[in-house]
Amino acid sequence: MASRLLLPLAGLLLAVLGWAAGAVWLAHGMPIASAFAPLESAASLWQLVSAGELWPHVVVSLKRVAVGLLLAILIGVPLGVLTGLSRRFTQATAPLFQFLRMVSPLSWMPLAVMVLGVGDAPVYFLLAFAAVWPILLNTASGVAQLDPNWLLLARSLSATRTETVLRIVLPGITAHILTGVRLAIGIIWIVLVPAEMLGVSAGLGYFILDTRDRLAYSELMAVIVLVGALGYALDHLARAAHARWLHR
Amino acid sequence: MSTAVSGDGGTGLALQASGLNFSYADGHAVFADVSLDVRHREIVCLLGGSGCGKSSLLRVLARLEAPASGDIRFLGEPLQAPHPRAALVFQQPGLLPWLDAAGNAGFGLDFEHQPRLTPVERAARIEQALSAVGLAGHAHRYPAQLSGGMAQRVALARALAREPQLLFADEPFSALDAITRAEMQALLVEVVHRWHTAALLVTHDIDEAILVADRILLMGEAPGRIVREWVVDLERPREQADPAAVTALRLDILSALHALRAH
Repeated sequence: MASRLLLPLAGLLLAVLGWAAGAVWLAHGMPIASAFAPLESAASLWQLVSAGELWPHVVVSLKRVAVGLLLAILIGVPLGVLTGLSRRFTQATAPLFQFLRMVSPLSWMPLAVMVLGVGDAPVYFLLAFAAVWPILLNTASGVAQLDPNWLLLARSLSATRTETVLRIVLPGITAHILTGVRLAIGIIWIVLVPAEMLGVSAGLGYFILDTRDRLAYSELMAVIVLVGALGYALDHLARAAHARWLHR
Repeated sequence: MSTAVSGDGGTGLALQASGLNFSYADGHAVFADVSLDVRHREIVCLLGGSGCGKSSLLRVLARLEAPASGDIRFLGEPLQAPHPRAALVFQQPGLLPWLDAAGNAGFGLDFEHQPRLTPVERAARIEQALSAVGLAGHAHRYPAQLSGGMAQRVALARALAREPQLLFADEPFSALDAITRAEMQALLVEVVHRWHTAALLVTHDIDEAILVADRILLMGEAPGRIVREWVVDLERPREQADPAAVTALRLDILSALHALRAH
């Protein structure tokens, strides 16, 4: 019990100490770097949060995550089911999917802005594009690993095709989909910040660029800490949803 | 719970199969010219070594697969698809982990090709089935929280909730430890009698067949066929009631098996 709480806290404390030491060392030759230090950053974070300045950006970013994730699920799950069910579809698409998966989604940024215009649309596209792969692949492996006994059960009940899909296949692969969603959230959260650095006027990524332009380095560090904390919380939520579904 | 025996054409038979043949896609014959029947309320064990085609035969009899040729009648009617009054139990419980024990027990009850039930009837069926397998207090536990034996009880409850006239069971206890297996064998006999259903049980376990069956059919292999039949007319619990008869029967079956192997 103690080690479950104490060890992670000790690890975090060690990182903060390293961070403080780094800031001191950096400030030696560059006085402005002292703004990167933990205490200054904490003060900025407190100020930004209590003044309510950050919340609109957080809300905008979370909305983008939600929309991007939803799009990725809407595209990734059906494609994953197809991949899991049809050998021919898998053979036809595997090289293409592997190819696309290995291209950093941010590479599509200029194209996305050209096609979708400036604003939220290209960000949604990039996030969905980044997140669709883990969902697709996990869905496909979920279909491939469906318990044959469940399908036998469906047959013994003379289940219709729709009944089999809705009552056995979809719930049967939900745990896999949730694993995919959890990985997708991690990726989306990483892609979000750079994706918000172009052509948008709100969001955490935008805010980071803004602090840079204002030379508000303690605020920059404050937002980085916040981004990490929110990402941690999102991952925790996704993990809890997975555990809850399986009643573990 | 009591089930009226309905429309068997006056034969007294729950299941009647004749001249069944079945082959794999490559033409390899799995079993050939199998005929058997199961009377109402009778427990028939299909005994055979692994690979003799007994599981395939069960699947064909339950109409999960179509025979290459032959005739299957369930309650006197030709059987073309899995019948709502025939339920299956497999070696693995195959419970759905997202449903609790009650949800799993009731899983077969609301499909398009199953009889319509009101919510009250449905709840009553689930409750009766779970209490019949001794899990009345565990309705809201999930498969991840159940032991192997309990999971197989839920699988049995899922079959019973459909009030089957015939229970197909494919080595349902072979994945369980010896003590749990003995409990489950006794439970199976008990519920089959209480539910007034018939059962066709596939097993490779001679003792299981002797303890459970009213009739034992021995299957030979390559291709699978029924080579011998024993009517087990012994009082239950059999090992206590007539140990000498049980031993004699065991020896008889063993020597028949040896004769098959030597053949």
